[in-house]
Amino acid sequence: MMSADFYGRAEIWIIILALGVGTFFLRYSFLGLAGRRPLPEWALRYLRYTAVAVLPGLVAPLVLWPQATGGAPDPARLIAAAVTVLAGLATRNTLAAILGGFVSLYLALWLVG
Amino acid sequence: MTDRPSLSAAYWRGLRNGLPFMLVIVPFGTLFGVAATEAGLNLVEVMGFSVLVIAGASQFTAVQLMNDHTPALLVILTALAVNLRMAMYSASLAPHLGAAPRWQKALVAYFMIDQSFAVAAQDYERAPQQSLAEKLAYYAGACTPNCPTWYVATLAGALLGAAIPPEFALDFAVPVTFLAMIAPMLRSLPHLVAATVSVVAALVFSFLPSGLGVLVAAVLAMVAGARAETFLARRAA
Repeated sequence: MMSADFYGRAEIWIIILALGVGTFFLRYSFLGLAGRRPLPEWALRYLRYTAVAVLPGLVAPLVLWPQATGGAPDPARLIAAAVTVLAGLATRNTLAAILGGFVSLYLALWLVG
Repeated sequence: MTDRPSLSAAYWRGLRNGLPFMLVIVPFGTLFGVAATEAGLNLVEVMGFSVLVIAGASQFTAVQLMNDHTPALLVILTALAVNLRMAMYSASLAPHLGAAPRWQKALVAYFMIDQSFAVAAQDYERAPQQSLAEKLAYYAGACTPNCPTWYVATLAGALLGAAIPPEFALDFAVPVTFLAMIAPMLRSLPHLVAATVSVVAALVFSFLPSGLGVLVAAVLAMVAGARAETFLARRAA
């Protein structure tokens, strides 16, 4: 079943609007305070790790148990994932990593099947 | 009082510094358009995401969790957690732009993406004595090539998405894009610790209702990253 059928149009818009409004207020938060109160060091320390704390956990099951193979680990996709990470680490460049990932994915799908 | 030539110079400097990021925004936005369309969202909904949220990683997060039929509240919370870093950006821009009128700060906030923040923070640190108007002009310049491009690229992806055959394995576009975003973030040991804890905990807690495991893993990983930083700093001292 597609997401759209699962949620219905109204609920999809609730998600979009809540995410839009919430994100705006995260962005506006300290600018709105006019910089009167600098953020305490301990808070900055936690905020520094939010993206790197959420995204890897989100992607791990997608890599190990891909939907396209019904959740069975797939060599081609595992190779592509490894190449993407290595390319990203080596170049520090998101675009280079995406390119490396797709090239290796197609090569691996073609070779391994 | 800042004269017009210096404002225009600041704007163009911002634009020049922001321009290379278009190379990331175009494929990334296109992939989002494709992924969201594949998830069954219609054109208006896909564009709604890119125009109202304008934050790629959290948009991908939301669409992925929706693919898993995660309850709406958990979709919103997890995707917002991805954007918590924006509060940090806001805090670091506040000393420079905090004195601007409220409507200008609202525009700065709306257009605050990783790229505009990164170049602006660098520029303000390099030349802190710039006037408020110059700093705002620079920021506007940095946003010009990137933010509208995000909408257009999303639209292209959404229109293209349905036409791409399954042999292209676009199901894996989302994981590849996430991994490509994560790898350059792993620039210190605490970041690596946080990422590792996130992966292990997400797999361990994958039996929980979808979305919840990721959220638990994220909290553990955030604490692990912050603790690792404190630990390393103490040992170095």
